[in-house]
Amino acid sequence: MTDRLSIGVGRSAAPAISQDILALVLIPLIGAIGFVLFPDDLAFLTRLISLTLLVLSLDLVTGYCGIDTIGHSAIFGVSAYVAGNACLAGLTDPVALLIVGAVSGAAAGLASGALVARFSGLPQLVLSIAIGQLTAALANKLSSLTGGSDGLSGIEPGRVFGVFAFDLYGRTGYIFSVVVLTIVFVILRRLVNSPFGLLCRAIKDDSLRARMIGARIYPRLVIMYGFSGVVAGIGGAIMAINTGVVGLDSVSFEQSAEALVMLVVGGAGTLWGGLFGSLVFQLFQHYVSAANPFHWLIMLGLLLIAIVLFAPRGLAPLVGSLAQRTVRLAWRRS
Amino acid sequence: MAKTILGIGLDAISYGMVLFIISIGLSIMMGLMRVVNLAHGAFAMIGGYLASYALRSIGLSYPVAIIVAVLGTIVIAMPFEILLYRRIYRKSDALAQILLTIGITFLIIGLANFIFGPTSKPIPLPASLSGPYDLGFKVIPANRLFVMACGVCTALLLWLLVDRTEFGIRLRAAVDNGDMAEALGIKTQIIFSVTFALAVGLAAFGGVVGAELLPIEPYYALRYMVTFLVVVSVGGSGSILGALAASMILGLVDTTGKYLAPEYGEFFFYLLVIGIVFVFPNGLLGRSH
Repeated sequence: MTDRLSIGVGRSAAPAISQDILALVLIPLIGAIGFVLFPDDLAFLTRLISLTLLVLSLDLVTGYCGIDTIGHSAIFGVSAYVAGNACLAGLTDPVALLIVGAVSGAAAGLASGALVARFSGLPQLVLSIAIGQLTAALANKLSSLTGGSDGLSGIEPGRVFGVFAFDLYGRTGYIFSVVVLTIVFVILRRLVNSPFGLLCRAIKDDSLRARMIGARIYPRLVIMYGFSGVVAGIGGAIMAINTGVVGLDSVSFEQSAEALVMLVVGGAGTLWGGLFGSLVFQLFQHYVSAANPFHWLIMLGLLLIAIVLFAPRGLAPLVGSLAQRTVRLAWRRS
Repeated sequence: MAKTILGIGLDAISYGMVLFIISIGLSIMMGLMRVVNLAHGAFAMIGGYLASYALRSIGLSYPVAIIVAVLGTIVIAMPFEILLYRRIYRKSDALAQILLTIGITFLIIGLANFIFGPTSKPIPLPASLSGPYDLGFKVIPANRLFVMACGVCTALLLWLLVDRTEFGIRLRAAVDNGDMAEALGIKTQIIFSVTFALAVGLAAFGGVVGAELLPIEPYYALRYMVTFLVVVSVGGSGSILGALAASMILGLVDTTGKYLAPEYGEFFFYLLVIGIVFVFPNGLLGRSH
């Protein structure tokens, strides 16, 4: 009984650590499969990873804190622009650029969190949208810093650790991104299972009760927004480093809405859900949307409706329980 | 100088009226059913498409085309209400509401393109509305005057409906305390359905008369999705006067910004939105729930 509970809820220490190890194995494994299967599509896969970081970042505030936002790509885009400008200014070390992205992401996250976390419900949603749209308008206006509608181009990062140069096929960039994603994912698992992460979950579930046991809600949410900003910032920096261009689409409303859709398709409130949703959504989008963008919209619309009606916790829990059953079945047979 | 101010003012009022006609339905719906309906713009778009089809392919006259568009949109939208919206009325889970209605929007965009194609669809105006009209101090397109008149009439009729009729009493009772209204024998489910039809009909009406300012094309639903939601939030959900004030203020700021500093895009618009929502979280004239 205790065993089943701990797997279902995931709050005791042992399965949490085993899931960390699973992440350490699974993410590089999926990365390797992608590398072997799509050697000519590494640019797409790298972009997928950068957006996965955005989705994970959104998961921290929406899934774990219950803050509804359709403006999260503002943080992602701002960090991408800052990292891009740092690179153009001569700071070409990729790891240093990641740190630049993370710091600017943290600043942007804390700033928008300070505004958005004050409210709940409709004002919160509208504020998050307005912040996103304001950032997008600014990015368009400040064309000396952002390149305007042409995008900020000519970003050429140096070698990773001074050894591995970025190549034309994007191999170095891809491996670099997979490694970063793995590290970030494991650290985030530690974060959301820490006492701080659990308190955030408590606030989401019942903020009144959380306040009754002495939690100060607003500062917690702003801090979580800061962490979320760090992750989005790393994602933005990865995109700037690998594609060499930062466009207005990275701060757009569509990007924010898409990230939210990916998160909920996978399942908000678990990091696995964000990871899975981002992967599945973007793979489908890549192939179906290339064939016909409007058929893609029809399918996506039907999928969203079906998820709200039949799988409100997202697809990842379904896949997870399916995998668990298969493993158990195989265990019994052997 | 005075001419510029006058020109901006008249444009702002007509744009604000279009925003009002479309958003007021959403506002009433959010006030009563507490549902964040991001698909509201999609229903306005359906109205525009139907009117365009009725005018250009069937050859109906303009007033008849408006009626056809409004009724047609209600007929198209009701299955969504019966099958989907009813499940999310008055639920606290905003995320489910957002996703369901974004899903409906995507579906409608895809279908609209499949049926009508990706190009924008004009809605030809009758001769009496397409010419200029001399106000004495300024000549403006007759259509702008028509839009303003439509906005004023919509506001007055809605006020009469909500404030002076039996239905309005029931509606206000359901807004104030749904359970108590139910206990007193008011069938809230029917009130919800009628309100939904009213909201969708108003959206379609606004979509048709506002097509000059907000052109009808498949991404209409996505492009103005946020604008309508912002108007409702700034005005306060459920308040007719609030929606009217919000439409006018936001219409004025947006039009002025686009005239005087077009390179800033919607910067000032959203700056104002952040300011107002920060100071009045429930909207200018809204109440807390």
